[in-house]
Amino acid sequence: MGLLSDPVRRRALARLVLRLNAPLCVLSYVAGIAWFLALVFPPLTQRTYMSENAMGSTMVEEQFAGGDRARAFARDFAAHRKKSGALPVAWLERTMRSVGLEVYTQSFSRKLPFPDETHERYMVSGTNVYGILRAPRAASTESLVLTVPCGSDSTNSQAVGLLLALAAHFRGQIYWAKDIVFLVTEHDLLGTEAWLEAYHDVNVTGMQSSPLQGRAGAIQAAVALELSSDVVTSLDVAVEGLNGQLPNLDLLNLFQTFCQKGGLLCTLQGKLQPQDWTSLDGPLQGLQTLLLMVLRQASGRPHGSHGLFLRYRVEALTLRGINSFRQYKYDLVAVGKALEGMFRKLNHLLERLHQSFFLYLLPGLSRFVSIGLYMPAVGFLLLVLGLKALELWMQLHEAGMGLEEPGGAPGPSVPLPPSQGVGLASLVAPLLISQAMGLALYVLPVLGQHVATQHFPVAEAEAVVLTLLAIYAAGLALPHNTHRVISTQAPDRGWMALKLVALIYLALQLGCIALTNFSLGFLLATTMVPTAALAKPHGPRTLYAALLVLTSPAATLLGSLFLWRELQEAPLSLAEGWQLFLAALAQGVLEHHTYGALLFPLLSLGLYPCWLLFWNVLFWK
Amino acid sequence: MAAAMPLALPVLLLLGPGGWCLAEPPRDSLREELVITPLPSGDVAATFQFRTRWDSELQREGVSHYRLFPKALGQLISKYSLRELHLSFTQGFWRTRYWGPPFLQAPSGAELWVWFQDTVTDVDKSWKELSNVLSGIFCASLNFIDSTNTVTPTASFKPLGLANDTDHYFLRYAVLPREVVCTENLTPWKKLLPCSSKAGLSVLLKADRLFHTSYHSQAVHIRPVCRNARCTSISWELRQTLSVVFDAFITGQGKKDWSLFRMFSRTLTEPCPLASESRVYVDITTYNQDNETLEVHPPPTTTYQDVILGTRKTYAIYDLLDTAMINNSRNLNIQLKWKRPPENGYIHYQPAQDRLQPHLLEMLIQLPANSVTKVSIQFERALLKWTEYTPDPNHGFYVSPSVLSALVPSMVAAKPVDWEESPLFNSLFPVSDGSNYFVRLYTEPLLVNLPTPDFSMPYNVICLTCTVVAVCYGSFYNLLTRTFHIEEPRTGGLAKRLANLIRRARGVPPL
Repeated sequence: MGLLSDPVRRRALARLVLRLNAPLCVLSYVAGIAWFLALVFPPLTQRTYMSENAMGSTMVEEQFAGGDRARAFARDFAAHRKKSGALPVAWLERTMRSVGLEVYTQSFSRKLPFPDETHERYMVSGTNVYGILRAPRAASTESLVLTVPCGSDSTNSQAVGLLLALAAHFRGQIYWAKDIVFLVTEHDLLGTEAWLEAYHDVNVTGMQSSPLQGRAGAIQAAVALELSSDVVTSLDVAVEGLNGQLPNLDLLNLFQTFCQKGGLLCTLQGKLQPQDWTSLDGPLQGLQTLLLMVLRQASGRPHGSHGLFLRYRVEALTLRGINSFRQYKYDLVAVGKALEGMFRKLNHLLERLHQSFFLYLLPGLSRFVSIGLYMPAVGFLLLVLGLKALELWMQLHEAGMGLEEPGGAPGPSVPLPPSQGVGLASLVAPLLISQAMGLALYVLPVLGQHVATQHFPVAEAEAVVLTLLAIYAAGLALPHNTHRVISTQAPDRGWMALKLVALIYLALQLGCIALTNFSLGFLLATTMVPTAALAKPHGPRTLYAALLVLTSPAATLLGSLFLWRELQEAPLSLAEGWQLFLAALAQGVLEHHTYGALLFPLLSLGLYPCWLLFWNVLFWK
Repeated sequence: MAAAMPLALPVLLLLGPGGWCLAEPPRDSLREELVITPLPSGDVAATFQFRTRWDSELQREGVSHYRLFPKALGQLISKYSLRELHLSFTQGFWRTRYWGPPFLQAPSGAELWVWFQDTVTDVDKSWKELSNVLSGIFCASLNFIDSTNTVTPTASFKPLGLANDTDHYFLRYAVLPREVVCTENLTPWKKLLPCSSKAGLSVLLKADRLFHTSYHSQAVHIRPVCRNARCTSISWELRQTLSVVFDAFITGQGKKDWSLFRMFSRTLTEPCPLASESRVYVDITTYNQDNETLEVHPPPTTTYQDVILGTRKTYAIYDLLDTAMINNSRNLNIQLKWKRPPENGYIHYQPAQDRLQPHLLEMLIQLPANSVTKVSIQFERALLKWTEYTPDPNHGFYVSPSVLSALVPSMVAAKPVDWEESPLFNSLFPVSDGSNYFVRLYTEPLLVNLPTPDFSMPYNVICLTCTVVAVCYGSFYNLLTRTFHIEEPRTGGLAKRLANLIRRARGVPPL
């Protein structure tokens, strides 16, 4: 600090920052990317380990043997479902009661803001059925949840069968210390959301539902199950939840323990765990998994119904049975045993899961990168913005002092020239206009869908997406007009001040995002930072403009979709990609309204206006 | 005569209880009773009651000879001038929706409520000491009762026994929802019984079976009662009750048949020789809508019909002579729906003081039929001091169950019966008239998660943070609030000014 308070050295340092700014920026950016890529190599990625004592050392013996029973339940369920065309509520109630549970139902209804074309639903009403296994000699203060989301199609019947068979098996045991809730939801995640909101007696998404008659205390952990075949080749585990929230790492460790114990083949992001981390192959394979996780987490979608539990601080994950073309297959008993083991160990918990990591990245099922190790990556990227802002600040400052400087040492206290004040005042208009554009982007598509459908031959969902794109594109044209209004005394100072403000705004936003959802922050920083640093109204403007458009939030989304499918080894064609992009836009808006996902407001109210500022800088006259 | 007594005494002791009867009418008596109720859900509830009555003025000093009444409790009554004491330990939760209304309801955990005599000057002090003594007697953590979890209800918890005035200033009520009940609490409770667990109904109280159940609640109630019909003097009554619910699904493999042996792994062989009455009641009420017939084996000697909790019930009575293999039927189905906010009524609210006393909200409300009442309370979150966290802070913190006391209109009018003669299960709560019956319901305790700091290395974190803040804050504040510029030393004086003049003349920048 003494370095900075000494004017002479301060000036020397400032000169250094000014002169070496460009190389420092490049270096910092490269360091950030390199750090991220290095995360998959062993010193940075570590083996996972069980931190929770209550689940670590004790062994449990799984005795579940109800495979036939599960299949019979599944067959009956599927038949009744086919017959009634919806969730067979009465059958479920009867069956759950017959295995000895306390059974309750909850009806809910929700009108979506506009028709959901991916899931083909608009006015949704359904019924959740749940049975509670009351733990003996416990006062229903704590519970565990096993949930199966049922969609409109005929998937997940086997999951319901297994759930019922497990319930029957669990009911006969006396060691339960926590109540166990067996929950079957209709309309998959919408039902889960309705149930969770009613359970916690809140209403955050405008869901209309009947109050719950039976409760079971604070939910300690939840497991969502998705199974659509009698045999599985592997179990895939999904951890990413709403807004990039992750469950405690111990829950994943628990799953992995029972995968190993039962000899089950378990995958993460659909990828097998690489065995050899010492050679280059393992880390490269890990990098694929890691990138997939970053993309999924950045999307902020709940990847499975567990994702909605996380908002209520309930540790949860989704297990998906995969039936592919492998030789060796496992039946429902193996899956049931893994679940039984997990529930028995969760039953041992004395406290909520809290010992292990909540913020982590996974390059493999048994490898993780902790927050302390991955944060520097985004730190280096944000440093670029800081350096650039510092340079601009000094240039502005020097420009203010510049007139006296050739004349030798300035007299005591040079008052700030009035031009600087004008520079700041001139920022108000572009800031307000870009922010207003963001607001329009957030509000208008849903609000104006009916107007759009009246005047154009489009459906509501299309109308929303097209309005989104139209407003987005209109934002590019608008800012040209703003700076004609404002007086431009010192031409350079205007855009410099604007860029300075934009840089700080962007750095702050990305910093905040990276703290809560690293993946999203990192993804946006990787794309937006270089062009944000480059943007200026001189030089090859068309090149800059092209770059800026390519790194805008919407283009990032499009690019992410291509990368995502590429990593999944199912590359997209351009047309498919575009269709997927449009669907993703609609889903993003829908998920904001139905589940409270924050990606859409974040992009439209925060990053898009900020990006418009850079666009404004680029076309400054 | 005085000379003859020392001689007579050894003889009387040898004769045993029978000898006492000859010498003088017994001043204390013991009745024991077991009620077995098949619950609507198919589970089976067993309620034990042991009632010791002592026609003695315990309040007066000088009572030194105890026979059936446990000395530990008797001394407690005189030392702390108790009027009533109600203590219950419960593991599990009575599920009214599935099991119907209970004879004896208790909240999960430990509950203690005490009425002191109006001669007590410092009620809080006596309360504190009493809870500590009880903690020792019952091996429970009752010593954690302090002002932060004690309240003085004004509307509920009226005295159950004789009372001429009910100034609620002498009432104290506390619940410890986290208290875990186990054999260590059962053993001292059993030791208070005159026959311990050697003979009579208490033979069935085997810990490993009792703690194999879905619900376990044991309680001690002490209260004064009328000694005779005209109520000229008082007697002391000690009731020890124990309710358990056996899970038919687990113990009976899903069947609804049960037997004493299957439930308790013991059969009854002999009555407690000290007891004046020892009975087993089995609820054999049949309802027409079920086509199930029930058969109790062996056939009961007598039956007893009464209106219990608003329903006419039939009980098979066994006067403790038989061991039974009994089939059962289900019933007793009263459901309570309480809904819709009240329009008027009595509301008493005593706000909490941080770390001194808890919130108390009492409402006297008239509930319309078939309605939903939702009572919600807004609260502010407050952070605990770091020393106030429990060793397992992530488990959460318990909020005590709330209590609902109600006089429910009876479906069938009960005929007035002799209180002293009626079975024990029907005579704990005083009945004003036959058209109502008293019900007390408890809700589940609530487990609330408070924001918890990371206790894994708080010290390091605090040190590091403080250092960083201390070092950076000062410097940054310094840098941000000052402007730095080089001050020309004025002491350069005349020579420098002259030099500068010359330099300016030459067109060279000044020094």
